[in-house]
Amino acid sequence: MGPQRTGHSRRSFLKAATAVGGGVIASTFLKPFTAVVYAAEEPDDISKPWYGYGIDIKKCIGCGLCAHACKLENNILLEPFFFRTWVEQYTIKNDGSVIVESPNGGIDGFTQSVPEEEIFKSFFVPKMCNHCHKSPCVQVCPVGATYDSPEGVVLVDEKYCIGCRYCVQACPYGCRYMHPEKNVVDKCTLCYHRITKGLDPACIEVCPTKARIYGNLHDKTSPLVKFLKDHTCLVLKPHLNTGSKLFYNALSAEVR
Amino acid sequence: MEQHFAHLYEMMSKVEGFIYPNELELHWGILIVLYPYITGLVAGAFILASLERVFNVKVLKPTYALALLTALAFLLIAALPLISHLGKPGRAYEIMITPHGNSAMAIFGFVYLWYLMVVLLLEIWFDYRRDIVLWSREKKGIMRGVYKVLTLGVTDLSPNALKWDDKLGYIVTIIGIPSAFLLHGYVGFIFGSIKANPWWSTVLMPVIFLFSAMVSGIALVMLIYMVVSYIRRHPIDMKALDMVARYLFFMLILDFTLEALDQMHRIYEAEESFEIISLLVSGKLYITLVVFQVFLGTIIPLITLGIMQIHQFREKIRKALYFVMGLLVLFGIFFMRWNVVIGGQLFSKSFYGFTSFKLRLIGMEGTLMAIAWLILPLLILAFLLWLLPPWKKHGEDV
Repeated sequence: MGPQRTGHSRRSFLKAATAVGGGVIASTFLKPFTAVVYAAEEPDDISKPWYGYGIDIKKCIGCGLCAHACKLENNILLEPFFFRTWVEQYTIKNDGSVIVESPNGGIDGFTQSVPEEEIFKSFFVPKMCNHCHKSPCVQVCPVGATYDSPEGVVLVDEKYCIGCRYCVQACPYGCRYMHPEKNVVDKCTLCYHRITKGLDPACIEVCPTKARIYGNLHDKTSPLVKFLKDHTCLVLKPHLNTGSKLFYNALSAEVR
Repeated sequence: MEQHFAHLYEMMSKVEGFIYPNELELHWGILIVLYPYITGLVAGAFILASLERVFNVKVLKPTYALALLTALAFLLIAALPLISHLGKPGRAYEIMITPHGNSAMAIFGFVYLWYLMVVLLLEIWFDYRRDIVLWSREKKGIMRGVYKVLTLGVTDLSPNALKWDDKLGYIVTIIGIPSAFLLHGYVGFIFGSIKANPWWSTVLMPVIFLFSAMVSGIALVMLIYMVVSYIRRHPIDMKALDMVARYLFFMLILDFTLEALDQMHRIYEAEESFEIISLLVSGKLYITLVVFQVFLGTIIPLITLGIMQIHQFREKIRKALYFVMGLLVLFGIFFMRWNVVIGGQLFSKSFYGFTSFKLRLIGMEGTLMAIAWLILPLLILAFLLWLLPPWKKHGEDV
């Protein structure tokens, strides 16, 4: 009886193991890429918010208040190498050459270095984290310290970040920096501490021309959705397929 | 902190064109240049050892154990420059206990440990077990105890047991070859998979890293073999040396072809990033890429080793040429890593300008520290050669 029972249990163990192992392998064939391709989980329940951001380049006057307010609100070092948001001045000359400037991120305002008769056109482009839906930075973080909040905001857990800076390399938009005192990576949080209390992000609060809009992409009545409906919006570097949720109106091809 | 800011202000005055404001500081410096360089030496040295074992290239016997110990010495420190470069080195273990499944970097710890524990240590142990047992019987005092511990209690020296050592060592080597490919191909993937950076993002990157790894590893073992023979006042086995140099030559051809293919592809496709990259190559990287990597590190060794395949020089001249070419190749591959890691961060992702990099002499990220990281494995190797001298293996005189 003994040996028989052992033999039987071994067979059933093998059967169970095959079923479990085969099932695991089979399920990877059913959805072969979901384990590899990175994308944030957008909530199916559209009553939950899914935040995006809009910038109207036509309205931006380059005052730099947004960049300054961001530094004050989020306690960012004032040295000109650390920005969660900044403003760039694009000047396209008559000969087609492009000049881009962003002295101190635009906080102190801009002067035009090109003589007026040489200018074809000039405009300001505020930049910040694109809060990508398929963020390369979240994809590469080796420990998962940078992550998507349930509302689609890309955040960094500063108690967890190991400071390898792989995310800084992976961000195509230059939106991340190493905090020199905390020795961890820092970036725009969309003022998460404010938006979760129903307040606007600091950059939006101070913008005098309403060039910046943020809102819930799930809410069809939100100002952001209306903005997207009324304007032809583009994202930066669309060929990289980062799923950017930062939409620009009147984005020129020169802007990178 | 003030010193750091002063450095950044200095760098700011050297910016050319436009960069995103956060891009001023290079995030990966000399320590991250060392990382692919050192892992490449490991993978290359191991693959040279495997040639003897798996493909039965008997003439390479004198370099077999030496190549394995070289690989081990460099692998032992391979992760240290990386860890010391972290903003929070104390959290490095997180990469092992909470790895993020989508991150290419998260797998490093596992690839590293697999290679160290399963491949290198096991292979060396199987290869040396008989000698360790015999040494544990011959030696006196402390060393007797040390070798006893190294036997791990397996002291059976019956012909059957020795046959199993050989068989298992062979299997480990067979597993080891794809593992070495994995180790270094993977390092290439860390860079090659960053789509934000057009200088890195090429599907050829892992393959290029792999072949350049073999080139550098073979050159290193060749040099170490010559130096060790010189120190031991033991004649160099010229047949072995010629063969190693021949492999170096073949690998150089492959490596050069792949890198040339990569560059030709870039030039012909001429994507959006083409202008900034051609400015990079003809400007900031001219010395390190065109002069150091391509001319000194590749073309000169290729031509010299090529001529040496056709024309048989006198032994003395051959030795001298091999030595110089080995050094040049190692120099060139170091700058290949430099050009990838540093070069990839010099241009702005806006493609409108460049930042600059100033290597400091002192400090954790300085030149002296980098030199120390390269000397340390040589000291470890000296210790390993003293502990497990390949030339005192029983029944061998190499």
